Amino acid sequence: MPGLEDLYREIILDHYKNPRNRGHLDAPAVSAKGHNPLCGDEIEVFVLVEDGRVADVRISGQGCSISQSSASMMSAAIKGKTVEEVRALVSRFRHMMSIEEEGPAPDTTVALGDLEALQGVVKFPVRIKCAVLAWNTLTEALSNT
Amino acid sequence: MAHDLSSVRADFPVLAELIDGKPLVYLDSANTSQKPHAVIDAMSCFLEHSYGPTNRSAYRLAADATDAYEGARVKVARFVNAAKPHEIVFTKNATESLNLVARAWGSTNLSSGDAIVLTHMEHHANIVPWQMMAAERGFEIRWVPLTADGLLDLTDLDRLLDGAKALSFTAMSNVLGTINPVRELCAAAHAHGAIAVVDGCQSVPHMPTDVREWDADFVAFSSHKMVGPSGIGLLWGRESLLESMPPFLGGGSMISDVRLDGFECAELPAKFEAGTQPIVEAVGLGAAVDYLSALGMDNVRAHEVALTVEALDKLKGRFGDDIEIHGSPDASVRGATISFAFRDVHPHDVSQVLDQHNVCVRAGHHCAKPLMRLLGANATVRASFYLYNTSDEIDTLCDALGETAEFFSA
Repeated sequence: MPGLEDLYREIILDHYKNPRNRGHLDAPAVSAKGHNPLCGDEIEVFVLVEDGRVADVRISGQGCSISQSSASMMSAAIKGKTVEEVRALVSRFRHMMSIEEEGPAPDTTVALGDLEALQGVVKFPVRIKCAVLAWNTLTEALSNT
Repeated sequence: MAHDLSSVRADFPVLAELIDGKPLVYLDSANTSQKPHAVIDAMSCFLEHSYGPTNRSAYRLAADATDAYEGARVKVARFVNAAKPHEIVFTKNATESLNLVARAWGSTNLSSGDAIVLTHMEHHANIVPWQMMAAERGFEIRWVPLTADGLLDLTDLDRLLDGAKALSFTAMSNVLGTINPVRELCAAAHAHGAIAVVDGCQSVPHMPTDVREWDADFVAFSSHKMVGPSGIGLLWGRESLLESMPPFLGGGSMISDVRLDGFECAELPAKFEAGTQPIVEAVGLGAAVDYLSALGMDNVRAHEVALTVEALDKLKGRFGDDIEIHGSPDASVRGATISFAFRDVHPHDVSQVLDQHNVCVRAGHHCAKPLMRLLGANATVRASFYLYNTSDEIDTLCDALGETAEFFSA
């Protein structure tokens, strides 16, 4: 069995204990709520898109270390990116989580940066849902723009 | 006769399994229980030698299969002291049993202007079927609140029951472990002309059950939580009520006649058993009931009280304010189901570390989201003990929690 250190990398625990971009944004920012029915985790993602770019992002809600750190890292990664770049990153992240997508294969040259630390989650399939909760919620929020 | 733990454990093959060279510490029996050889063997023996259709064919194999299936009903009836075997209805699971009551009884008894009473500690299975009916028929649902100790707060029960048609409640909370005063609650319901529906999923596997002593009207429970197989659930109902209700599911076996212009229902219990039933599962359930009866449900309860006292002591003694145990600290009013919050570590993360020690606990909302909101938690860790758990396993749980604390404090 893979060890705990495969799952709980230092940077993950850092984001869990010191989550970035916590809070909420008012309109014209868009938002969506996500639930993990398995464990009761709840998250809300707020995104402010200006001129096709993510000008600001905020996360609220609560959950386990994996869902919270994934959300925190996501928020740091997408700020300043164009919506197209964000969509590519979402697709790349879901690919890393072994989630099969319809349509063209994701561009694996998209840089994941710190998000690579979540790679170990794949060894704990039950936790994949935790890791992708924020990402699915982000996609839903962006569909409201 | 006392509870011979080492011989009980030897009856459950999965408990001898090693994972990564370490024993399995199964503390999730409130979720589903493990199965003894007696159940596994009864099912495979039946499949190898006696399997056939029930209640419809004349040849010997079919007659034997019918005897085995109906024999299981007799065993279950005796186990809960039902007046008659045909008051026991086999369903898919306890959730279906509660849906059966809500729909079949509710469709002829509940309409706009009526009210029913539930409690804040119910499992979704005893909430949603009623909410589905309420959405259709427009009756009111009232809620019995809880005390700070996680007991039912019965202060306003009379007011809540005033004009109500049913009181539906759990005999034991699947989150808090609270054992409710079933007989008193049934009496209170009847005093107001309401029926009493009991969710016995968490209590029937763990302590003696006497539906007549309770004076309940319906009791739903499941096989898989009482060392029997999954795929079969149970509903005990008072004969007169079952007789007066319309059927739940329509199809084969539940009719006495079908014409182009309508149908006549079969007698009890076939009226509520449409289609081919879980035959093999019924046989396994019969073996489970035999197994529990041989152990003695008083012995099972005594063993679990001892484990509860010890687990509460050790968890509190070792972790103090780092652990918040939900529900009553008094083992005489609770079962061996212990939900807790551990420091500020999310239950999912606690469960992940415990899994490294093969300690199986449930982390989540336990299908009781209204109760979770009341506790102010999205999730809890739940360790639940059963007739095969040991004192050593409590120590393993504590050690694994100790490591969780270390890991997440770094």
